[in-house]
Amino acid sequence: MLWGVVQFPGSCDERDALHACELTGGEARLIWHEERDLDGVDAVVVPGGFSYGDYLRAGAIARFSPAMEAVAEFAAGGGPVLGICNGFQVLCEADLLPGALLLNESMRFVCRQVELQSEGLSTPGGAQSFTLAGEMLSIPAKHGEGRYWAPEEMLDAIEANGQVAFRYAPGQNPNGSARDIAGVRNEAGNVLGLMPHPEHAVDAMTGSTDGLRVFDAVAGARV
Amino acid sequence: MSAPATDSSPHRELGLTDSEFELIVEKLGREPNGVELAMFSLLWSEHCAYKHSRKLLRRLPTEGERVVMGPGENAGAVDVGEGYAIAFKVESHNHPSAVEPFQGAATGVGGILRDVFALGARPIAILDSLRFGELDSVRSRHLLDGAVRGIGHYGNSIGVPNVGGEIYFEAPYEHNCLVNAMCVGIARQDEMVRAAAAGVGNAVVLMGASTGRDGIGGASVLASAELGEGDAAKRPTVQIGDPFEESKVLECCLELLGKGLLVSLQDLGAAGLTSSASEMASAGGVGIDLDVARVPLREADMEPFEIMVSESQERMLAVVEPAKVDEVIAVCEKWQTGAAEIGAIAEHGLVRVLRGGEVVGEMPVDALVDGCPLYDLSPAEPEGWIYGNRATLDPSASAEETLLALLSSPSVASKRWAFEQYDSIVGSRTARRPESADAAVLAIPEADRAIAISIDGNGRRVACDPYAGTVEAVLECAQNLACAGAEPLGLTNCLNFGNPEKPTPAWQLDRSVQALADSCEALGVPVVGGNVSLYNEGPEGPIYPTPVVGMVGELPDPAMAAPSAFARAGDAIALLGPFEPTLAGSELAKQRGELEGGLPQPDVAAVVAACEAVRAAVRAGKLSSAHDAGDGGLACALAECTIGSGLGCQVDLQPLRERGCSPEEALFGEGPGGFVLSGEREKLEALAGEGVEVLLLGKVGGDTVEIAAGDRSVAIRLDAAESAWRSLPAQVEATD
Repeated sequence: MLWGVVQFPGSCDERDALHACELTGGEARLIWHEERDLDGVDAVVVPGGFSYGDYLRAGAIARFSPAMEAVAEFAAGGGPVLGICNGFQVLCEADLLPGALLLNESMRFVCRQVELQSEGLSTPGGAQSFTLAGEMLSIPAKHGEGRYWAPEEMLDAIEANGQVAFRYAPGQNPNGSARDIAGVRNEAGNVLGLMPHPEHAVDAMTGSTDGLRVFDAVAGARV
Repeated sequence: MSAPATDSSPHRELGLTDSEFELIVEKLGREPNGVELAMFSLLWSEHCAYKHSRKLLRRLPTEGERVVMGPGENAGAVDVGEGYAIAFKVESHNHPSAVEPFQGAATGVGGILRDVFALGARPIAILDSLRFGELDSVRSRHLLDGAVRGIGHYGNSIGVPNVGGEIYFEAPYEHNCLVNAMCVGIARQDEMVRAAAAGVGNAVVLMGASTGRDGIGGASVLASAELGEGDAAKRPTVQIGDPFEESKVLECCLELLGKGLLVSLQDLGAAGLTSSASEMASAGGVGIDLDVARVPLREADMEPFEIMVSESQERMLAVVEPAKVDEVIAVCEKWQTGAAEIGAIAEHGLVRVLRGGEVVGEMPVDALVDGCPLYDLSPAEPEGWIYGNRATLDPSASAEETLLALLSSPSVASKRWAFEQYDSIVGSRTARRPESADAAVLAIPEADRAIAISIDGNGRRVACDPYAGTVEAVLECAQNLACAGAEPLGLTNCLNFGNPEKPTPAWQLDRSVQALADSCEALGVPVVGGNVSLYNEGPEGPIYPTPVVGMVGELPDPAMAAPSAFARAGDAIALLGPFEPTLAGSELAKQRGELEGGLPQPDVAAVVAACEAVRAAVRAGKLSSAHDAGDGGLACALAECTIGSGLGCQVDLQPLRERGCSPEEALFGEGPGGFVLSGEREKLEALAGEGVEVLLLGKVGGDTVEIAAGDRSVAIRLDAAESAWRSLPAQVEATD
């Protein structure tokens, strides 16, 4: 299992993501944003941070990078892609995931541990090698623009399609996200994005190990 | 002979005295031109030359077995084993933050990050120490909000966790807030680099952002003069930060140093190119030629003096061997950051500023960097308490009302409102998040250990007694580290004081530096770096004298660090250490409007012994929790231990009263040396030893905070204590 972690100028959590990938038992390497060739990776992580300074709009510039063109092709071919925080924003900007992430309701950055309810995290093509359905995960969130938003009809549709992957536990929504949505996946089920940071929940020393299960789930989703 | 000086003489407008100007003329053998005068005025400012503090700072102990780099480098560094060093420094950005809090605080963080990665260290933590006026002032709330947003904006965007800090609210900071930021980094010792320029013929490369008109004259205008009317007009001298640019420059510099491509590296901070180039040349004993025509500019029509003094952010200056310049520029291009060869190291011992072929300034390095006269202070102890009093709490308030008033004081209350706006976890090292332990704890797997970091300094107590108050700041750091099981390795400090040319601030500074020297000596902790911020005054006078102390220590394993809060119902609670609380200088004395000069003199040796006992007990896993008794006294410390855990306590302070404390002093009195510990009763009792006293006070459990103290006994529900302690958001968001 070889993980690729995309590195943009301004990425912050790419080393943490690399470490988390390695903890799943696989190997991991960085993919520089100018690389057009993913060179045999089995799964891609688009990590957190402030790609290109998040200028214009979070993720709006990163989506045009050569690496993201390659990631879009990889996803179209069924390859598993995990977007975390800024990575989630990039995947939404790239139309690989539905919806958008807006400024937190509080208008402030927030960093805190949150409880997440997982909802039927499936694998590509509906394979059932691993699922997180119905589990509660304790994972930290840290972002200024994490309020999930989509038009009402789109929210209805992604709920009907089972595309909601994570919701904040009742009372824990840190940013005003619509319907408490913390993470979504694409229709095929191979692209997953979430605002909280599973790569920062891989070691009891720093808080919790629940994030490993998200990485395991993505690893299990390998085509 | 020059014309007699008037207030509109250029040198006076730039902050130089007539005698300083005459000295410059003497050293040059002629009058300086405009470029030279601008450069001298900056390098001879207090901010760069430390002309009122350098003599005092010579008292500080700076050497120790673990010191890798000491004062004089961009930051200090200590050895943590396995070939690694921890670099750290604290620096102020007070005046810019008082003028424009968001950018002032943001660029304060940016500047201290550059100081650390200039050594070749990867920044792994930020801490901050902030002071504002009382929160019922609109101005204070504006400054607090802006500063916190600015610190968060920069640190969050660049991916360095903010792991701890402190905030105090006191009227003397109303006009002159304090924003001190500390950065901690890790480096392989064999990849570290010094700031001294070396190698005649080597190229000087300017990296990072282009140079604009922002921050022109910041060091002399903002950092070395009192604030007053018309501060809005100073706004153009505040720099604008771009953390994205800095993140690229950071990664670029670390890659360049990792590849061994740089001879030396220095950040551009106050006084921009002028100070970086001159100080590099001075440290290396060489000269330097700089061609301003080769500096990438934001505005094409900038004058040479503007280019030389601009404080545009996110720039670094490197010395590079000629054969490696192309490779350096290629790495900069990879990181999409600027790089321009703008000059060369020369033998002539001058700082020469050229524009194309034309020499526009030429000054001996020695005159610029070391030529500024150092002044002796004229200290005089003021008579009585000079800062005023404002009573907000009736002395007849019940013990319960008093405890709730102290817990809801913004200086005592939980700072969650602030620290939740900071990313405290990026980097995967944060073993103890803010407020979960007395010190921040970071894993250092590279050297198979952990470090603990604390930053402290209670200006009110220093105002009461500059000597005792400063000793207490150092001891509080040591106590916080002991609670985490850490042994101190080194110390950095930021001395925030008023105008040193006035007798009272001079006396405060003198006493405070002496206390810093004595207490570091007693603890065996070297001072490896620091910063001085003087002229912190508003229309009503000087700020509280505020030495901010940052201390770094090590522990074998991050998992050892004790939590602050109680952990297990049924545990015994003990007070360890030479704690002899009084109301002098306390939060309670402030609220009652009873502040006056004078504090008891701390017994440093006894506190050091207590720290050693606590450190050993924490490392041996004998304690469930450890928390120092700080602001608001023992009652607040106990309440904090219960709020953090949801476990109440039943305590009797009679043993403390036998030390001669009144009920009020036992509950709310303050002083150094007290540790609130919980754990198994026998293990706590066994901590008593030579010079270390342990008083058993009670036990953990229930849902109330019950403290028996003679006729001032307290019993409040845990949720009432918690809502008082968590009231900061409501106080900050108040709109009136």
